[in-house]
Amino acid sequence: MSLLEIENLSLAIGGTPILKGVDLAIAPGEVVGLVGESGSGKSMTALTIMRLLPYLARAEGRVAFDGIDILGATEDQMCALRGDDIGMVFQEPMTALNPVKTIGEQVAEGIRWHTRANRAEAEDRARKILDRVGLPEAKFPLSRYPHELSGGQRQRVVIAIACALKPKLLIADEPTTALDVVLQAQILDLLRDLVRENRMGLLLISHDLAVVTEMADRLTILSHGEVTEAGDTARTLSEQQHPYTRELALASMHVPARPKPHLAGSAKPLLEVEGVGRDYPGRRISLFRPAQPISAVDDVSLTIEPAQSVALVGRSGCGKSTLARMILALDKPTTGTIRFRGEAITGKPESALRPARRDMQVVFQDPYGSFDPRQKVEKLVAEPLHLLERQPAKAERREMVAHALHEVGLGPRDMDKYPHEFSGGQRQRLSIARAIITRPKLVVADEPVSALDVSIRAQILDLFAELNQKLGIAYLFITHDLTVARAFADEVLVMHEGKIVERGRAAEVLDHPRSEPAQALVSAMPDLHRAIARRLQEQG
Amino acid sequence: MTMRIDLPEETLAGVLAKAFGNRSFVIGLVITLLVVAVALVSFLWTPSDVTRLVIADKTQSPSHVHWFGTDHFGRDILSMIMVGARNSIAVALVAVGIGMGIGVPLGAFAAARGGMVDEALMRVNDLVFAFPALLSAIMITAIFGPGAVNAIIAIGIFNIPVFARVARAGALAIWPREFILAARAAGKGMTRISIEHILPNIATLLLVQGTIQFALGILAEAGLSYVGLGAQPPMPSWGRMLFDAQTRMVTAPWMAIFPGMAIVITVLGLNLLGDGIADILDPKSRRRR
Repeated sequence: MSLLEIENLSLAIGGTPILKGVDLAIAPGEVVGLVGESGSGKSMTALTIMRLLPYLARAEGRVAFDGIDILGATEDQMCALRGDDIGMVFQEPMTALNPVKTIGEQVAEGIRWHTRANRAEAEDRARKILDRVGLPEAKFPLSRYPHELSGGQRQRVVIAIACALKPKLLIADEPTTALDVVLQAQILDLLRDLVRENRMGLLLISHDLAVVTEMADRLTILSHGEVTEAGDTARTLSEQQHPYTRELALASMHVPARPKPHLAGSAKPLLEVEGVGRDYPGRRISLFRPAQPISAVDDVSLTIEPAQSVALVGRSGCGKSTLARMILALDKPTTGTIRFRGEAITGKPESALRPARRDMQVVFQDPYGSFDPRQKVEKLVAEPLHLLERQPAKAERREMVAHALHEVGLGPRDMDKYPHEFSGGQRQRLSIARAIITRPKLVVADEPVSALDVSIRAQILDLFAELNQKLGIAYLFITHDLTVARAFADEVLVMHEGKIVERGRAAEVLDHPRSEPAQALVSAMPDLHRAIARRLQEQG
Repeated sequence: MTMRIDLPEETLAGVLAKAFGNRSFVIGLVITLLVVAVALVSFLWTPSDVTRLVIADKTQSPSHVHWFGTDHFGRDILSMIMVGARNSIAVALVAVGIGMGIGVPLGAFAAARGGMVDEALMRVNDLVFAFPALLSAIMITAIFGPGAVNAIIAIGIFNIPVFARVARAGALAIWPREFILAARAAGKGMTRISIEHILPNIATLLLVQGTIQFALGILAEAGLSYVGLGAQPPMPSWGRMLFDAQTRMVTAPWMAIFPGMAIVITVLGLNLLGDGIADILDPKSRRRR
């Protein structure tokens, strides 16, 4: 018998249809993956099961959990279910925990509420489950606050809260999207073990096909609120009967075509980074001892040649972004020098940096945060133009903006829109248009595709490749995603705890990593081909 | 992916529709417009001349000739309230202008520079803020003499740290955002970023604070003229009318009731307006409604 049965579920919010006739079933101990792009209704399906829908949402159809009709249940019945029989893990570990309560209190809260246990008992159980998720009390006492933990540790706390009462069903909504690949592998292992131990049903929601393939027995693919294909994971993905399934699988493994890969050693270096380090003031432990500075970047050297594409990979917090900011002269290195076209940019006043800034632009990760919401596209894309020696007239400026928009695949009519009128992928195109409008020699891209859906990601990678070929722009790609590095880079640098631990040609580093951090990254990387092959093998 | 329910698009029509669905905004706006209209009408017409004293008509209770009664010099209270509104609004408006004009650039500059400059500026701010507004106003008028202009300056100075703090807090929240980093990578300096990106993004915050300071300015002006440091006779002002009414509370209560009501209603209206604007423009409160 199924634990959860969803039949013909339709959902509309304020008259806009979100879900159309969704069917889904989960048996005890089974892992079901729910895959789809953003806006396909994945999260809404999860919220319907929890009955945590936004105001004005109307659901029709049948949702039965363990014999209880969810859509018809009273709020009191739902309160008894939530957190007890159904647990939920959210995507963002930074915001899913209450910052002013200790982790012990937050885990014990649900236990006390649902079991009427007293404080001591609840804390005892909280201690056990935190130990189970890999936060033993000796190292992580219950009195820790969320901000004292790293992202991965926080996600473990969230999982502990969700699993504290041994729920029959766990819903994990993009549980690893905000984490780097090594942490992702660890969290997925933990979820897999918990499912096995408690015979829990797991609904794993993700946009990452490779992650779902590694985890799920069956999968359901959602597109625009409709189920396009559902069934056994390995078979669905190996046969790819529905065109949308094929599209998704292709996009996940997309490698942009670069007819002319860069040949190293052919030219004078464009960017030289020599022995650069950056220390941040540390926290004072004792009143009588000076604070020990924390070193975010430690003695890093690298060079980038014109039109060369270099990927800087590493786990989150390894100092990648700090290094990028120093290269862009947005932060000052503590030691070392950075030279751009042979001229030092470290220690120069802002006015002397103008020529360097003109030839060096940036694309950020978050397409939602990197635009001023109150300005129109024309002004936003034209922002770097004021670096030019001669200020273009208004008509000429519009012309330049239109040209830049054209190069990234947008139309001149988009100039008079505000950023919120664009989708995530389009905004990333705008971001690229802004970066290339001054015809720079180097573009630093900080995780430019990790916030995007797979199909959009493929398009943006293609665009980067095209601009590299057409305009001869050199890239410094900062990423924790090795497929991006493999797809794109001539050279890969692996960074770990502020140091560069390995460097070499992309294929070499990624196929035969020598250093331990590089090996950890490569082995943790979810790979769709490998995952499907393994699943097929298991089934014989 | 995450649920990204984009907020409804902020078109002018959308904002207006939301505004007129908000009760406190509508009531506050009606009251404020009414007070402003009364002040404007007083330039053209008042029921009787407020500078002419008719001793024979002194302390008359409200009647169809003098709707709100007359004071101890026989002046028409309604006319005095109308002319007084002019004075109150002018003083409060200019004072808010001074506070914004100096406080906002100061706060934005402190946020942009950070470090010691920020620290020093904000501590000086704290010092000004620590003085009770009325007390410092009394000090200023004691030095420079009483009068409407000095009252304006005194209230304006007390507004500066308020706006400096609001602007700095707002700006600090915007500075770490990625679009600021993008602007810096485009080589824009501190001043340019503050004007082009920071100010438009904290404008709504300042608007709400401005409405509240406007109400407080009217109260402060009434307080100053009550102790005789505001507008000087024969120019009528609400605070001075209350002072004159004080000793005649039992014999001529209308002399206190009507100017008192004028102050209460105006301040209430402005506060409602400020609350309403805050509600409409704050994306977090939108869901609740």
